Amino acid sequence: MGHKLIFKDYNEALKNNRLLGLKCQSCGAITVPPKIACRQCAGQDMEITELRGNGKIRTFTTVFVAAEGRESEIPYTIVMVELDEGPWIMGNLETTDPKAASMELIGKRVKMENRVFPGDKYSAGGGARPLFDLVR
Amino acid sequence: MKKVAVVGVGETNFSGPQEKTGVELLAEAATEAITESNLKPKDIKALFVGNVLGDFAEGQGMVQAFAAENIGCLYVPANRYEGACASASMAIRDAFMWVASGYYDIVLAGGVERAATMGTGLATRTFAMFSDARYEYPAGITFPAVFAMLTHLYADTYKIPLQKLREQMARVSIQSYNHGSVNPRAQFFGKNASMPVEKVLGSFMVATPLTLHDCCPFSDGAAAVVLASEEAAKKLTKKPVFITGTGQSSCGPLSNQSDYLPRIRAREISSRRAYEMAGVKPGDIDLCELHDCFSIASLIAAEGLGFFEYGKAGEAWEKGQADIGGKIAINPSGGLKSKGHPIGATGAGQVYEVVKQLRGEVEPARQVPDARVAMTDTLGGDGGTLVDMIFQRGW
Repeated sequence: MGHKLIFKDYNEALKNNRLLGLKCQSCGAITVPPKIACRQCAGQDMEITELRGNGKIRTFTTVFVAAEGRESEIPYTIVMVELDEGPWIMGNLETTDPKAASMELIGKRVKMENRVFPGDKYSAGGGARPLFDLVR
Repeated sequence: MKKVAVVGVGETNFSGPQEKTGVELLAEAATEAITESNLKPKDIKALFVGNVLGDFAEGQGMVQAFAAENIGCLYVPANRYEGACASASMAIRDAFMWVASGYYDIVLAGGVERAATMGTGLATRTFAMFSDARYEYPAGITFPAVFAMLTHLYADTYKIPLQKLREQMARVSIQSYNHGSVNPRAQFFGKNASMPVEKVLGSFMVATPLTLHDCCPFSDGAAAVVLASEEAAKKLTKKPVFITGTGQSSCGPLSNQSDYLPRIRAREISSRRAYEMAGVKPGDIDLCELHDCFSIASLIAAEGLGFFEYGKAGEAWEKGQADIGGKIAINPSGGLKSKGHPIGATGAGQVYEVVKQLRGEVEPARQVPDARVAMTDTLGGDGGTLVDMIFQRGW
């Protein structure tokens, strides 16, 4: 069996603020980002499902030392968000003051948009990542 | 399965940028290990080498073949292992398997890296290649950022105020600096001893809440070990160190590990296999060289390996329970933090240390008294590769 959903199609949807996942027809778990097998039971009978992109921040960091080629982005805040559907996903936090990010962020509700990393000489193209906004 | 012993070890200094090439560094560590084993290069049946970024660091791939030829191990099979920072431990574990199977009687395994030579920008970029390139790197993930996020998650999970946790983490760095300061082959030999907590907390921020002194350095260096079957070992040394247990495990991107974080499930599986194979328990281990790429990583590792309860390792460091003379001696070499972290060589450097410790051959200031059972723990990526090994005196 092949992939039901691959990076290319996941990425195109994400660029339109649509978060696609896979729902396992055996155990019901949601897998995102896409894989060939369910992250819980390794079953391969999965159907594409659109996730709402809502969730809460589980952890975060603000980065001050950049990788080569990304120096202009620092400081920036990375978050791991627990989606309402269960899985966790990595993205950035939309904030005007990354240096002020603190433990108070943990548990805050967020809503997903996206921002595109254009890629560099190593990455074989770019990729969108979730960009989360605090729900006020 | 045959019993397998470490019969000789070798290591270059771990340091900032070195003038020697990766091939030269590996060849020097390998030659030291072969000489210490009372062997000649022609006795080595195969060469297993960890090397992660030689292609980026100096445009050199296939370093293992050139190193084999350099040291005079002509025409032997030579394999390269890449499991990020766990590469050399993978190489040693596979070498163990081949000798245990009886196919080879004497194998050399080790690793080499020139991460310091790359400089911070390229090293940070290439290290991030061991996170998921599609689903993590676009967000700007770096290795400090992975462990920074685990720090905040650890504080939240175990309800430890962040400032208190940071002070506990500072104790980890301070202990490692103290040990490394008296290890002549450590990157920070003669440096950073007795650093005050305030200096650790106040150094520049890399990724909140991790400061420079929470992070291991980029390092150049190589290390190598010779493994032999029990029969061969008996003829070579009076002090064979047997590898009595090994485990290895793999895992996907960090966010897919969410059922267990901040625990690293792959480590729990890998170490449990090693304990079961060796027939020992965490409480039997006298010393452990574990993967302290960041201060928080030591706490997470020490708990995952079963030395301390979850959420309690920081207290253990504060009380000296993780130091020489405590419940278990952790990273008497100085660890990645102070000995250094040439990623492709790191696991072999850990084995070098535990073998010297079990033989009672390290500097008195950091010798674990009467050490009989030792462990190494090496983590690659953000939990993607874990290797754990247990070592015991054969005399």
